[in-house]
Amino acid sequence: MNNLVIAEHNNEALGAATLNAITAASQIGGDVHVLVAGHGASGVVSEVAAVVGVTKVLHADADQYKEGVSVELANLIVSLAGDYSHILAASSTSGKDVMPRVAALLDVAQISDIIAVDSADTFKRPIYAGNAIATVQSSDSTKVLTVRPTGFDAATDGGSAEVVTVDAVDAVGSTSVVGRELTVSERPDLGSADIVVSGGRGVGSAENFQIIEALADKLGAAVGASRAAVDAGYMPNDYQVGQTGKVVAPSLYVAVGISGAIQHLAGMKDSKVIVAINKDDEAPIFQVADYGLVADLFEAVPELVEAL
Amino acid sequence: MKVLVPVKRVIDAYVSIRVKSDGSGVDTDNVKMSLNPFCEIALEEAIRLKEAGTVTEVVLVSVGSSDIDTVIRSGLAMGADRAVRIDADNDVEPLAIAKILKHVVETEEAGLVITGKQSIDGDNNQTGQMLSALLGWPQATFASEVVLEGDTGKVTREVDGGLETVSISMPAVVTTDLRLNEPRYPTLPNIMKAKKKPLDVIALADTGVDVTKRVATLNVSPPEERSAGVLVGSVAELVEKLKNEAKVI
Repeated sequence: MNNLVIAEHNNEALGAATLNAITAASQIGGDVHVLVAGHGASGVVSEVAAVVGVTKVLHADADQYKEGVSVELANLIVSLAGDYSHILAASSTSGKDVMPRVAALLDVAQISDIIAVDSADTFKRPIYAGNAIATVQSSDSTKVLTVRPTGFDAATDGGSAEVVTVDAVDAVGSTSVVGRELTVSERPDLGSADIVVSGGRGVGSAENFQIIEALADKLGAAVGASRAAVDAGYMPNDYQVGQTGKVVAPSLYVAVGISGAIQHLAGMKDSKVIVAINKDDEAPIFQVADYGLVADLFEAVPELVEAL
Repeated sequence: MKVLVPVKRVIDAYVSIRVKSDGSGVDTDNVKMSLNPFCEIALEEAIRLKEAGTVTEVVLVSVGSSDIDTVIRSGLAMGADRAVRIDADNDVEPLAIAKILKHVVETEEAGLVITGKQSIDGDNNQTGQMLSALLGWPQATFASEVVLEGDTGKVTREVDGGLETVSISMPAVVTTDLRLNEPRYPTLPNIMKAKKKPLDVIALADTGVDVTKRVATLNVSPPEERSAGVLVGSVAELVEKLKNEAKVI
């Protein structure tokens, strides 16, 4: 068996979720190779080569891989697929974008969002927003998988893998990235942060989110938001925690002014410790919280910042 | 230009699902079924493109038995011009669905496909990308804004780091995210009109697609329940518990 993990990166740094996908590949067994396709991404190549469990890094350098365009990336992955029994990527927006395309070109199924490896062909994955867990078995010769990062520990540093160069595939050229509005933040990355503080509709406005941010900064935490808060325009889309946003599982999750719709719970209920602060004592969030505080967030949160 | 909108019938988003005790799946008997919310967003976008004069016809397409006709009619009531149903089981896998859709795209000569990014039952998030690959078309997934300008489309995508805008050549496949639009409710006259709109049924055999399953579902179980913890009386008590009991700060 040979696993190929698709590295996610911005040509400068490796995306944290790739480390969880590497762990999933290690659990499947056999060699773990990682593809770094980019342009001027040699720093990422070195980073990947030093990850424990990685046996080989495949490096493809070409202009068409610079922006991570899935149409280009999929053709490259397919050109390498013959050597592999399993092809994996994190179930990030880029993994979800490219892997179904790879699977269709290989005429195999794709299995999304695995949270456990039962055997080389059998995996567990959440369905219905995590309200059911399916155990599925693939009969395809090549298994194309996306990996939910919270299901697997991150692989650690300390390896020294061989690096080989692979040829680029001719560019398709049908897609170009013409703009990016990326959130720039000093805070930890929401997907991999140890502590997350999220605000919901109860926060009331974009300005009021400063209260949430103050608590996050005190705790060294990432900031998240419920769908209601994002829909209301309080926070940008990439802060959304939930079924269709980011799925997080930090050591501590603090939900402030969040009622706890199923959609939101799907994105955070695997957190180790959940704290809920809400003035409505019947809010569903209290049914999953380890510690609930029924209080006005505008009083309780600043008090909490003081007390920490 | 004709736009094809593939849609799926799912358990209504507001129903709490029940896992069958024998582990065979999720109970769908006597459960309210609806159009998948992301598909509604896709359909709304297609209708708006038609209203803006950018496309000429909105064709709804779905794969399943006559069970799904009611939901297809609700899509026609929103404003699709007509519908095509490929008569098949209700649990065809994404890859086979994509192959069936490719057949429909080619026979209809559609110039654009807009579909939901995922269905809220299987949560696969695959069909649009697979269809795009099979057609050899570009794709723009997780769209929050779609602007068509002649032979190109400009699509803003919701990605992990924020927003990304791509320019794609047409024809293309677009999959929709939550904030693309707010789908309309069908009006009573439109519900009446929808009953008379064409709904063509195509036999699966006519598409030539083999729908043999590639993935077997061995078991479906409820997730581990998380039990409710304790209510604390004050911020001070909360801090004490987090420090000394949970030891997370």
